[in-house]
Formats: sequence, C-alpha cells, structure tokens
Amino acid sequence: MKETEISKHTISVLVDNEAGVLARVIGLFSGRGYNIESLTVAEVDASSHQSRITVVTSGTPMVIEQIKAQLSRLVPVHKVSDLTLSGPCVERELALVKVIASGEKRVESLRIADIFKARAVDATNSSFVFEIIGSPEKIDAFIKLMEPLGLSETSRTGVAAISRGTLTM
Amino acid sequence: MAERILSGSEVVLQALVDQGVEVVFGYPGGAVLPLYDEIFKQNRIRHILVRHEQAAVHAAEGYARSTGKVGVVLVTSGPGATNAVTGLTDALMDSIPVVCLTGQVPTHLIGNDAFQEADTTGITRPCTKHNYLVKDSAKLARTMHEAFHVASSGRPGPVVIDLPKDILVAKAPYLEPSQVQHRTYNPVVKGDRGQIEEALELLASAKKPILYCGGGVINSGSQACKVLTEFTRLTGVPITLTLMGLGAYPASDKQYLGMLGMHGTYEANMAMHDCDVMIAVGARFDDRVTGNLDFFSPGSQKVQIDIDQSSINKNVPVDIGIVGDVGHVLEDMMKIWKAKQHKIEAKALDSWWDEIEGWRGKHCLSYKQPKDIIKPQHVIRRLHALTRDRKTYITTDVGQHQMWAAQHFGFEHPHEWMTSGGLGTMGYGMPAALGVQVAHPDATVICFTGDASIMMNIQECATLTQYRLPVKTVILNNRYMGMVRQWQQLLHGSRYSESYSESLPDFVKLSEAFGFTGMTCNNAADLDDALTKMLEIDGPVILDVAVDDKENCYPMIPSGKPHNEMLLGAETTGDEAIDSDEGMVLV
Repeated sequence: MKETEISKHTISVLVDNEAGVLARVIGLFSGRGYNIESLTVAEVDASSHQSRITVVTSGTPMVIEQIKAQLSRLVPVHKVSDLTLSGPCVERELALVKVIASGEKRVESLRIADIFKARAVDATNSSFVFEIIGSPEKIDAFIKLMEPLGLSETSRTGVAAISRGTLTM
Repeated sequence: MAERILSGSEVVLQALVDQGVEVVFGYPGGAVLPLYDEIFKQNRIRHILVRHEQAAVHAAEGYARSTGKVGVVLVTSGPGATNAVTGLTDALMDSIPVVCLTGQVPTHLIGNDAFQEADTTGITRPCTKHNYLVKDSAKLARTMHEAFHVASSGRPGPVVIDLPKDILVAKAPYLEPSQVQHRTYNPVVKGDRGQIEEALELLASAKKPILYCGGGVINSGSQACKVLTEFTRLTGVPITLTLMGLGAYPASDKQYLGMLGMHGTYEANMAMHDCDVMIAVGARFDDRVTGNLDFFSPGSQKVQIDIDQSSINKNVPVDIGIVGDVGHVLEDMMKIWKAKQHKIEAKALDSWWDEIEGWRGKHCLSYKQPKDIIKPQHVIRRLHALTRDRKTYITTDVGQHQMWAAQHFGFEHPHEWMTSGGLGTMGYGMPAALGVQVAHPDATVICFTGDASIMMNIQECATLTQYRLPVKTVILNNRYMGMVRQWQQLLHGSRYSESYSESLPDFVKLSEAFGFTGMTCNNAADLDDALTKMLEIDGPVILDVAVDDKENCYPMIPSGKPHNEMLLGAETTGDEAIDSDEGMVLV
C-alpha cells in the first residue's frame, strides 16, 4: 500500500470499564487530530468489568499504526486489534429510520423496506419507523432510497465488529 | 495479613513512605488540609513549601531528573491543580516521572461548582500519562501504589491522583506495595532478539554509521549510559545527543559530535544528513531535531530503539523498530556484537571520520570574546571551566541562554542537566534547580537563565531562602527575550515586537529583598572573579551578567530547512536574514 494512501480501518479496543475511559480514547483522537467515523462502546464482560470499543477510523498506514500504538499505551487498555488487517470480519450496524409519507410514497417505502429486510417497528397513518440491521453500506443505501420517500429522521448505532472464524482478540 | 485500617491521609502518607519517598514539593489549601495535618504529625517525609504550584511540579521534575527517582507534588484543589498543569505538561513532554496529589472537594460536592472545584481529572487527562479520581476509600492504597508504578515504568511520565477531602478523612484499608498487582500496565522491557541481530548486521555493514541518542537513555539509568558509552567505543561509531540526552555520553570524548538539531553542531547535523545507517536510541525524532522531514537523512537506513511503541514510526519511518528498554537492548547489543565478532570495515569508517573532521574544522561554535562586552557563550564556558572539580548540576530556563548552555557546557555524566526540552517552559529553571539542590544538598547547582525567563517563577527566591538552598542563578541579561528577538531579526524584518525587557528589576536589590546575595558583572575582565566569588558564597546567589544584546544563537537550522542548510552565524559566514514567507508560519 502506498504511504500516502488513506484507508479505512475498524479497530477493536478492550478496556477496563471505569470512569473516564471513553474520554481518554476520544481525547486521544481529538487531541492528535485523528478521524473518528464511528464509535461504539458497551460493557461486554460484567465479571471483569471490561468494555469493548469499536472505532472506525481512516488514515495513512503510518497514522493507523500511530493510532493503535497510542491506544495501546493508555493504562486502562487491555488489547487493541485492527480487524481490517487481521483477516475477514463481520461489521454490523443498526439504524432506526423515520419516514413520514402518504399515498404511493408510503407504499413504496414499505416495499423497499421489505427488499432490505427492514422491519417496521412503529407505524401511524402517516409514518413508519423502520429498523434495519446490516453493514454500514447497506444502511447508507437504504437511507438514500428513503430520502425521496419522506425520510425525516435517522438514528444509527455505529459499527460493532468481530473477526470471522476462530480468531479472537 | 490482617488489614490495617487508617485514615485516608494516613494511607497516603504510609504509601509515600513505602514507595521510598523522602521529599514532597507542595502548597497547602482547603481541600488538602487533612493531609497537611498528617504531614505536621510526622517526620518521615520532608515537605518543601514552594510559592506557586507550577514551581512545585518543576521542583519535583528537577528532583526526579537528578536522582532517577519519582518526584512527588502535593497541591490543593481548583487553582492548586490548574496551576500545576504547565508543570505536568512539561513532565509529560520530557517523560519525567512525577506523582502529583491534588486535593478535591468532597465527593458529594463534585459537579456542583463548589468553592475551589475544578474538573481536575478532565483538565489533566491530556497532560498526564494517567490520572485517577479516588471515590472509594477501599481503592486508595491500591491507587497510590499503582500511580508510582505507572509514573516510573515504561516511558516515565506524570500521574495525577485527585483526592476528595472526605476520602482523606474517612477510614481506609492499607495495602503494602507488594500486595498490589498491576492488571493492564506492564510495558515490554526486553527487545526482540531477531530484530536486534538484524540491526547489528546492518550496523556492521555500514560505511557511514551514526548513533543518535536521546533522553530515553538517561531515563533508562546510569547503567544504560555506561553501556552506551562502551558500545560506542567498541564500534567506533560517531555519536550525537539530543537536548534531552546531554550527559548520556561524555562530551569530552572524541567520538562525540555534539548536540544535533536546530541549534546543534554543524558536524552532528551534517553527519545525520549524510549517514547511511542511523541507530536512534531513546530519541523521538522531534521536529527540533529533524528539521524538514522531507529532506531528513535521505540516504540512510534507520533503526529505532524505544520503550514506547508509539514513538516508533511517528515522524520518520524506520527500517527496524525495536520496542524495549534501551538499557536492556543495549546490553543485548553488546553481547551479540561481541559474540558474532562484528566489525565495521575500518577503511570505510576511517574515511567517514575524515569527512566528519572536515565538518568539525568549521568550528561552528566559535565566538570572539572582546575585551569588554561579555559574550554569553563565554559565561557558560568560563563557568564550565571553573566548576570542573565540583559535582555540578545545571538547570536552564528557555531561550538563547538554554541553547548556549547546551552547546558550551560539556556534560560528562547523566542526570546533571535539567532543561525543559519538549514543552519549552520559561520559568522552569529556578524551581528545577531548587528541586535538584534539595536532592543534592552538597552539590553545586547552577541555574542559567535569561532576564525574561527568570521573571516567570521569581517568587521561588523565597523558597531558596527558607530552606537555605545555595542555588547559583546566572542571568545572561541581554535585556531581550533573546530567542524571540533573534527570530524577529531573521524572519520578521527586525521588527522587535514586544520582545524588549522594559522595566527589569534591579536583581541585586531583589536578591537582597529575598534575603540573599545579588551580584552584577558588566565587563569581561571581571567575569572570572565574579563567577569565582559566586561559587564561594555559602548560600543562594543571583548573578546578573550583562551580555552582548546583539548576539544570536548559531548554528541554526531555520524551520522548514534540512540539516545541510544550516546558518553558521557571523563568525563563519556573516549574519543572514532568511527571506522566506514560509519560514514565518513555521514554529
């Protein structure tokens, strides 16, 4: 890969679930001018109080290496794994998409939701809230299609990711 | 073992004692009163009362850098903590182990905008290696011990422990240091053997090798410096040191090329530019060292040894990056070099040294000392000569005098040179000297400063008097913020905007007002007498030396220029202005 080429990486970080840990990670990104495209965090192991942060970022290979090294040296960080480099991985995101429409547009939105396997989780005579789960690209495509059909509001969770097969962090 | 239940303050004090702490630099206030009460009741730990919290941190840094131990600071909440921020940032940039205890309002008031409340952990997060807010008495002892572990291991740095007042009063269980396990922070110290072997093969095949070493060697300890010296002599390779690394290798040695970087020597920078194999040891390719990265040492293969993974490939991509404590790695390098009977081809090395001698011939640090006006470089050189037989520690403030001290005072041993390298904090010198003198009461401690820098922590004169700390402060007084003036002259058409030191105090009267000796020196003929007299006085002294106000600090690599485009100054080429708009935007 060329040294100046910017690529997107999904990085998983296992941290102690303690006060301020997210601020440390976010502060590192903002303080050093790194890019955050998406960031999710939740406790994954209650017994050991560990949380998993999934961050999607982009940069040159040197910047990506820096990001991982900088994350690794934070005291509450246990492990840093670059899912983009470590092999194939599954990336999923959930979005709630509100569409306000009537007549043909309303019917069309329902048809497209069906194609995308999105579920209507709320409905009124003039609106739907669709729940869609998939790769960020799939969700982007769905939202784009909903735009002319009365898209009014979107809420996305950001990416959760895990490597395929037997490989673990 | 049965748990010992103590008050929070007792736990803090006991932890300090068990961590081997002898001195704390601090300033009391409401939130830390319980701790100060505990300090009053004991005599195991000495408290040095500074006059400003920033100075407490710099003093702890001076103490830490001159002893290799952790420096400890104690300040109150709110303004106590915010005043400490500059010192903490300074310690972070220069990788100095400091533990800073800050008071905090009681836990039930946190977040209520209480009197003297500040979000200390929030504010200090980016300027510490790590920080803690103790909200549970059960975790107090563990946190104290962990803080010392984090501050002193791996790449050292400052650690803040924020202590709410109720935690200091409440009962808490005490744990010995040995009872605390560190779950996440266990840095690698041993380097990868395969990589070390590879690096040595590269070095053995070099025709123009160079060792580029920094503060990491000093942080690794005196033993690491000793091994570095042995390795350098064994291989016959030229060596250059960074501002932070001065003293890691004896300056008088013939293999030493001097400091490199923006105000480094011609020979060091030219050798860095033209080398074919560079071994960076505990140095981080700072912008003051590399100059323009696009032209930095273009023809070399690079090896970097650093305990901090994030220092490797940060600014300059290297061919071999070895993560480990430089002391351990250097020991391994010595062993393997000997075992494999590596040798650099003598002919190649000789012709490399010939080339270097050519650059040395420029005598880039030379200056002409006239009969009357005192050249600032001359003050440094004379004081160096006059203190050769004494155990001497040098601290500086920031600016021209700092660079002259780095260039002209030859450091033979590690831990004797304290300067604010990364952050460039004016006001560092006097409090750092104070900390050094506390650690080494019988040594000669000299603070080189400027007329502008000294004003930034001048209140510490009172601390010198109170504890009878015989620090010798030498002001190279050119009535300017000299480095600012130099840049204005070179880059901004000699428009000296706000860089003239108007209304300077009379430093003799000022010293006397604080209760110690003040001296002046205005003529080169009197310089040696003044310096000798100053050294003989048994107490603090401020010596105000009027130096040539036109003198600029050379050599100089202007910002944005490569190593081989140095300005050499009037003695060799004549002053030159840098006509470049690009230069103006660079730092």
